[in-house]
Amino acid sequence: MADVHRGSGSRIIRWIDHRLPFMAMMQHELYDYPTPRNLSYWWNFGSLAGIMLVIMIVTGVFLAMQYTPSASLAFDSVERIMRDVNYGWLNRYAHANGASMFFAILYIHMFRGLYYGSYKAPRELLWMLGVLILVLAIATAFMGYVLPWGQMSYWAATVITSLFSAIPLIGQGIVTFLWGGFTVGDPTLHRFYALHYLLPFIILAVVLLHLIALHRFGSNNPLGIDMKGPQDSIPFHPYYTIKDLFGLCVFLLIYAFFVFYAPNFLGSPDNYIPANPMQTPNHIVPEWYLLPYYAILRSITFSILGIPAKLLGVIFAFGSLFVLLIVPWLDTSSVRSSQFRPIYKWLFWVLVIDVLALGWVGANPPQGIVVTVGQIATLYFYVHFLILLPVLGKIERPRPLPSSIAAAVLGDAAGVAAPAAPMGRS
Amino acid sequence: MADLTDENIRHAHSDTTRRDFLMLTAGALGAVAVGATVWPFIDTMNPARDTLAASTTEVDLTPVAVGQRLTVAWRGKPVFIDHRTTAEIKTAREVDIAQLRDPQSDAERVKKPGWLVVVGVCTHLGCIPLGQKTGDDRGPFGGWFCPCHGSIYDTSGRIRQGPAPANLAVPPYEFTGNATIRIG
Ligand code: HEM
Ligand code: FES
Repeated sequence: MADVHRGSGSRIIRWIDHRLPFMAMMQHELYDYPTPRNLSYWWNFGSLAGIMLVIMIVTGVFLAMQYTPSASLAFDSVERIMRDVNYGWLNRYAHANGASMFFAILYIHMFRGLYYGSYKAPRELLWMLGVLILVLAIATAFMGYVLPWGQMSYWAATVITSLFSAIPLIGQGIVTFLWGGFTVGDPTLHRFYALHYLLPFIILAVVLLHLIALHRFGSNNPLGIDMKGPQDSIPFHPYYTIKDLFGLCVFLLIYAFFVFYAPNFLGSPDNYIPANPMQTPNHIVPEWYLLPYYAILRSITFSILGIPAKLLGVIFAFGSLFVLLIVPWLDTSSVRSSQFRPIYKWLFWVLVIDVLALGWVGANPPQGIVVTVGQIATLYFYVHFLILLPVLGKIERPRPLPSSIAAAVLGDAAGVAAPAAPMGRS
Repeated sequence: MADLTDENIRHAHSDTTRRDFLMLTAGALGAVAVGATVWPFIDTMNPARDTLAASTTEVDLTPVAVGQRLTVAWRGKPVFIDHRTTAEIKTAREVDIAQLRDPQSDAERVKKPGWLVVVGVCTHLGCIPLGQKTGDDRGPFGGWFCPCHGSIYDTSGRIRQGPAPANLAVPPYEFTGNATIRIG
């Protein structure tokens, strides 16, 4: 049937496809691709992330045509984009808010994975590639934020690169190397620009690997059980192409709201003050999507076993990403979906609240109650992953799993081979 | 197949070791070659010659009255110059050094007791501490207060509280006259 379909293409396409089976591949991966029939809207965020990455690259390339990566000219060139370049304001606001949208999508996508156990065998590498994408996106956004060369750009760059000075012996050397000088300056801006242009394309390559790993076993689903036969799946097109498209429209409305009605809501006003190496703003805060890591970093105010607080803070902040990387082995339960895990289901929501609390801590000056909340939330984050997840798998009694996706979705009758029993439990 | 005489086995065996040796040396040389090729690229990112060269600053101290603080730029960083009062010098010298996180006596940190010269960059994560302007919060030790994560320095620029691990650095400098210094 697929062949007939392809046959209906023009002879030129068939000629090419015979030599370079690109259309056949697309047909196989995007058209016929069997997908669980029960995917919910939480499964929209993967394709949204991909589209958002493309939007970032397109807006970024057009910004790059107007932007000047030099300490004396960068700020003014961004202001020129905003005031003089045709639709420059639109392009820049789309890029700056696009970064926020990209992270919102990634985080929802990842929490979805945590809730439905999408990281469990055989999808461990799929998950780890996802964490790698997050790490690369963080590096990209951090360097992008330095480019407008405002006060927050400059001081965020200073504080974050200085983290490396916590490394014993070679730390200061590494920082000087990263800066290409004795402070964040012109050489730093140049290299950040070069890397900011490069990294999204590396992300694109990792996304490709992510997709290859995904299509090896197909999507997980809200029930967390494997597809066992054709009755459990439907073709990707038209069912999920249309669902993804609908989700995209809703998402674009939200994105457009920020771009057109609240373009600076998510940013810091201090970044409209040109960088001043002689004066630190009173309150340095990263963009919202980096607040939880920043909160962990600041929460370690004491040394353990002679390791100084500064180094520990760095270790724990990066450690939060490392913990995510090894989640497939920390979670000892063989049941994927939280729907069948009565205790984990609640712990998941406690973790969500914990991460939101860390975000709140990161946004506020580290005084009084903020410090205490930060330390408790940091501790709980690690307890969740390093203690609760491994132990829970051993002691929790999961609810019975349905015999198949079709059985759960359409009633028991549909799951069995003989389609003779029309009256399942509907 | 050749039969397994002792002779053949010995040959086969010595052949493997010779091959292993070649593999190892080729591998090691390859690694050195890769390193030698990569290094020039890495090294382009280290401070360039012009960045390294531009690095002395002359300061005339005559206009700075006792109790006043002055900020000058050196290598793109602020340097704090504090014309300290006798009271400030006294508190800096009365501290029990054993109690300090980064133990240093005040005498080790100055060339003339009246003049404290330190790099005005917090040793935690590089913010610029407050205390240079009148009305700034100087923190409970009368020195400097870093607003970023709350590090507190005393009148000798030594770390007393907060997350910073070390005292404010003393840059290389010299008195070139009675009231002039050259930093760098
Ligand atoms: C994952 C993809 C990307 C992310 C998360 C990202 C993130 C960011 C962020 C947060 C900013 C600062 C926005 C502001 O406050 O002004 C920025 C600026 C910038 N980005 Fe990107 N970016 C991405 C891809 C790209 C690409 C592919 C290019 C170039 C081809 C690019 C070129 C630029 C330029 C020229 C600026 C400076 C102008 C400005 O500040 O608006 N970006 N980026
Ligand atoms: S940079 Fe000064 S306390 Fe962190």
